[in-house]
Amino acid sequence: MTVEAPVFEETPPQVEPARGPMDWARKNLFNNWYNSLLTLALAALVIWALAALLGGLLSADYEIIRANLRLFMIGEFPADQLWRPWAATYCFAVMFGVVGGSLAAGARDRANESGLPYVRTTLRQIVIRFWPILALIAVVLSFTTTVTPTLLTIGALVVGLGSYYLGRVLPRAVRRWTWLIAVVLIAASYISLAGFGGVGWQGWGGLQLNLFLTFAGILVAFPFGLLLALGRRSSLPVIRTISVGYIELVRGVPLITVLIAGAFAIGFIIPRDVRPGFVTRMLIAIIAFEAAYIAEVVRGGLQAVPRGQVEAAHAVGLAPWKTMRLIVLPQALRATIPAMVGQFISLFKDTTLVAVLGITELLEATFVVNSQTAYLGKGLFVVTLSFAALIFWVGCYTMSRESRRLERKLGVGER
Amino acid sequence: VTVVEETRHRPPLWRDVRVLRAVIQVLAGAAVLIILYVLWFNLTNNLRAAGLPTGFDFLTQPLGVDIPGSDISPSAPIWRGLLNAVKNTLALVVVGIPLLTLIGVLVGVARLSTNWLVAKAAGLYVEILRNIPPLLIILFVFNAVVLRFPVLQESLNISDLVIVNNRYLAMVGFTAQPNFGPFLAIMAVALVVAAGVWWWRTRRSEETGVPHHRFLWALGAFTILTLIGFFALGGPIGLSRPILDGRALEGGYTGLAAYWAVLAALILYTASHVAEIVRGSILAVPRGQSEAANAIALTPFQRLRYVIMPQAMRIAIPPIISQYLNFTKNTSLAIAIGYAEMTRITFQLIGNGQPAPQMIFLLMGGYLIFSLIISLIVNVVNRRMQLVTR
Repeated sequence: MTVEAPVFEETPPQVEPARGPMDWARKNLFNNWYNSLLTLALAALVIWALAALLGGLLSADYEIIRANLRLFMIGEFPADQLWRPWAATYCFAVMFGVVGGSLAAGARDRANESGLPYVRTTLRQIVIRFWPILALIAVVLSFTTTVTPTLLTIGALVVGLGSYYLGRVLPRAVRRWTWLIAVVLIAASYISLAGFGGVGWQGWGGLQLNLFLTFAGILVAFPFGLLLALGRRSSLPVIRTISVGYIELVRGVPLITVLIAGAFAIGFIIPRDVRPGFVTRMLIAIIAFEAAYIAEVVRGGLQAVPRGQVEAAHAVGLAPWKTMRLIVLPQALRATIPAMVGQFISLFKDTTLVAVLGITELLEATFVVNSQTAYLGKGLFVVTLSFAALIFWVGCYTMSRESRRLERKLGVGER
Repeated sequence: VTVVEETRHRPPLWRDVRVLRAVIQVLAGAAVLIILYVLWFNLTNNLRAAGLPTGFDFLTQPLGVDIPGSDISPSAPIWRGLLNAVKNTLALVVVGIPLLTLIGVLVGVARLSTNWLVAKAAGLYVEILRNIPPLLIILFVFNAVVLRFPVLQESLNISDLVIVNNRYLAMVGFTAQPNFGPFLAIMAVALVVAAGVWWWRTRRSEETGVPHHRFLWALGAFTILTLIGFFALGGPIGLSRPILDGRALEGGYTGLAAYWAVLAALILYTASHVAEIVRGSILAVPRGQSEAANAIALTPFQRLRYVIMPQAMRIAIPPIISQYLNFTKNTSLAIAIGYAEMTRITFQLIGNGQPAPQMIFLLMGGYLIFSLIISLIVNVVNRRMQLVTR
């Protein structure tokens, strides 16, 4: 049986018809004397800033970026091993494609089963959502000196798109194993970088290192953060005290002090014959730090689960562990997704701090190139730091927009 | 009545909740203690093996490093250098927090302005600054802006009020003249009188219903008394203009370029976050409130001041204070441009051969104390806000 939706006669909203740009300007820019003053002053400022920016952009010498682009992207990766980062890029393109595709297919199937309308994500929407990243890729490629990187990047985009459609048509039985495909592909990307005579993460640098520290930091810290969050809500006083103590201690100090501890103090508290490399020690410090923050994010999610859910689970006789695993965590973790993206953004920005300890990640790379003999004392900090700023900005801005989109979609924060 | 004998059935030990709870807690506590003990054992052993002190006696040893912008010599004890570093961190926090609040609130309100250009410009500011790493902003401000200021000999001098060069920034300041002590006493008296006036206006307003204008009245009383005192004592406060004397700046408020760079960068960064919070909090005030204010014909300013802001502030204050905490922690990034705050000094001293574990312990302890103080303020403020409104 189908139910016809009742049709209401809609009264058109009573809006005064717009009467051209002059009217719009009078309403939105010059509606009283102080707004007019503000508009004029700000317009002067904006025009001056835009002119300065445009003039700077047009007159700047980009040779320093062109010559050091590889350093910015992958650090001091051996020049004859460049196929390795590209292979890893392709692995990630396939992974993101397949995972995205199968998630979309899952949403489609769920919508079909429940009879709800399913709005398919079109290529146009993806371009609208991720245009800053696409623009950034174009900007970065414009600094390359050969045509190979451009061709390889287009290839990676095509492969990623192909994987997306592959992920959509995968049969359901295969789709259940998407996580395994993702793990295998991540492992494959690591092997292609480090395996068989490659370079392990101790030798990584540039943007690659920032991304690695962010992904690895969040992924490894997540289980610890989950345990700490559960510990903080535990009814056992000793467990709760330990969790609260750890979380509050870590959240009370800046990341840089934890990194300094990782650089100079970890060596004192572990056995003398264990000597982790420098990047590993940074990673350990980041994980120890992030775990406390993720714990707070997860705690927020746990608090968002209505009490009735737990009570209902008890009523049907679920054991505490099963209540947690089947009832509480699925809802809590779903609610934490936007906040986790926020945490991801903040860690991505914070990975620049390893620069202080002399690791050549993106920020440090764009900084030190100014002391190369060809550019020393030329004051090109504006150019190189702006380039780094652009990359971080695009990454963080796109992710924060996605996070807001997810928040709306999941209905988090709506009362 | 039949009495049913209740058979008290105790479950076996391994299924008794009380036993399980106790066992789990003892095990967890023991595990943590054992880990801490092993770490402690390694620590003392490794320190001894490296020939480093295991206590805190080294704090009385000579500093051994030069601290820019201070008169502490390298032969002064380490604890003096550390205290100076705490002072330098506080100099950032105390000046930064009011300024970032001001900018943040202004930009947050501006984002909701009916003036299209103002709203868009504020939005642009927030979206750009919020998504760039603070360390990058600090490096940018220092290397691309401050270091490009003229050198000391060619300082930019704005009629002796402000002197700018790439090493210092000096502003005209105040100095105490003779009779400054009595003047402070007069100001204290004026404050008491102003409080009295405030109380009197409030009483009067409650009794007669006339508008109290207590702020204006109190301010007026305070200003008049202070001015009378100022002229009667023959000007106990004088202006101190900065003077460029060879290679040094004297007088006025003088700060290292690195200090101003960190301050400006972190204020810009944190203010963008505060602006987002302010905007969100204003939007969280129900629409009806604003419409009701319109209905009783409040002016836009009155609507903001008396209806929207008091409600928005209740929502905004806890997250804003956590931004203060972030600001305080981010002052540690000054290490990158060599401003001698806590982290920088610790880093330098570790590089100079002082024992790292103790130095890091002191450093983290210092930040924890800052965090604790700020958390205490949060709790007090939260409690007050709730008492007032609920």
